[in-house]
Amino acid sequence: MIAVRVNGSDQTLDDGSTVLDAVSSLTAAPHGVAVALDGTVVPRSQWHATPLAPGAQLEVVTAVQGG
Amino acid sequence: MVEVLAESALTHDDPLIIAGRSLGSRLVMGTGGAPNLALLEQALLASGTELTTVAMRRVDPRASGSVLDVLQRHGIGVLPNTAGCFTAGEAVLTARLAREALGTDWLKLEVVADERTLLPDPVELLTAAETLVAEGFVVLPYTNDDPILARRLEQAGCAAVMPLGAPIGSGMGIRNPHNIALIVAEAGVPVILDAGIGTASDAAHAMELGCDGVLLASAVTRAQDPVRMAHAMRGAVQAGRLARQAGRIPVRDHSLASSPTAGLIGVPRGDW
Repeated sequence: MIAVRVNGSDQTLDDGSTVLDAVSSLTAAPHGVAVALDGTVVPRSQWHATPLAPGAQLEVVTAVQGG
Repeated sequence: MVEVLAESALTHDDPLIIAGRSLGSRLVMGTGGAPNLALLEQALLASGTELTTVAMRRVDPRASGSVLDVLQRHGIGVLPNTAGCFTAGEAVLTARLAREALGTDWLKLEVVADERTLLPDPVELLTAAETLVAEGFVVLPYTNDDPILARRLEQAGCAAVMPLGAPIGSGMGIRNPHNIALIVAEAGVPVILDAGIGTASDAAHAMELGCDGVLLASAVTRAQDPVRMAHAMRGAVQAGRLARQAGRIPVRDHSLASSPTAGLIGVPRGDW
């Protein structure tokens, strides 16, 4: 198991988990969603191929009312 | 035969063009502050807007309904913002996330100094603008009503400049119309009055000063009747635009009669 931080919360994921796994745990329909891994945007096409290292920090964002 | 200019010709054939994109409405709407999505949707339709801002925030698994669905349903263009960012670094990462999430290069760039004033931090703003322009973003910066900063942002390659009329959400209208007029006079890119609008006359004022468009949110979304106020803002922006194009009369110190002075009748004094 690996400990990561997703949207400010500590989470424990299976070894070998990817960005896609972490996103799927948050939302079933990731339309209009983007991910930054340790401050760098990971394109959607690379989510499944980007493994998470212990201590990784993920930000998973979408559009909300504002401005 | 008297030629009458149709209202549609006056207001519909006058698009706002930013970075080569033509917008039929000069009113850019924000979506913040609306009590619910249904009311927001009605207000956006009433406003006639074709471009509307959204904010980027962490995914909330409990959220139901999406502002994106509302915009998509009506073909309204999405303009992500960087609201809540205090440094150039935060704004640049938020912009990159917005581009990835929404598939648009367009960005309302906001870098504010503190939560109390929400006034733009000029140094961080310009730094972020330079970085994002270099990355191919169409940058529309929310800026102070400072003609020199507006000039620097245009020189940095911003596609428009969006000076504030007054602090965000204050509804105080345009506190320094002289500076807005100076920005308009010098700008080679569209000027959009952003923030401070309280009511319809403020929006008309911005357009009369020569702004190319108006961006507002709270004035509509927090009005007692948002849909009615959205109608009002749509009309105000069109009225102000037409008045600017029409060329107003100069302000005078004394009266100038509009009725002829020749041909006045004579009445004997004291005989009435």
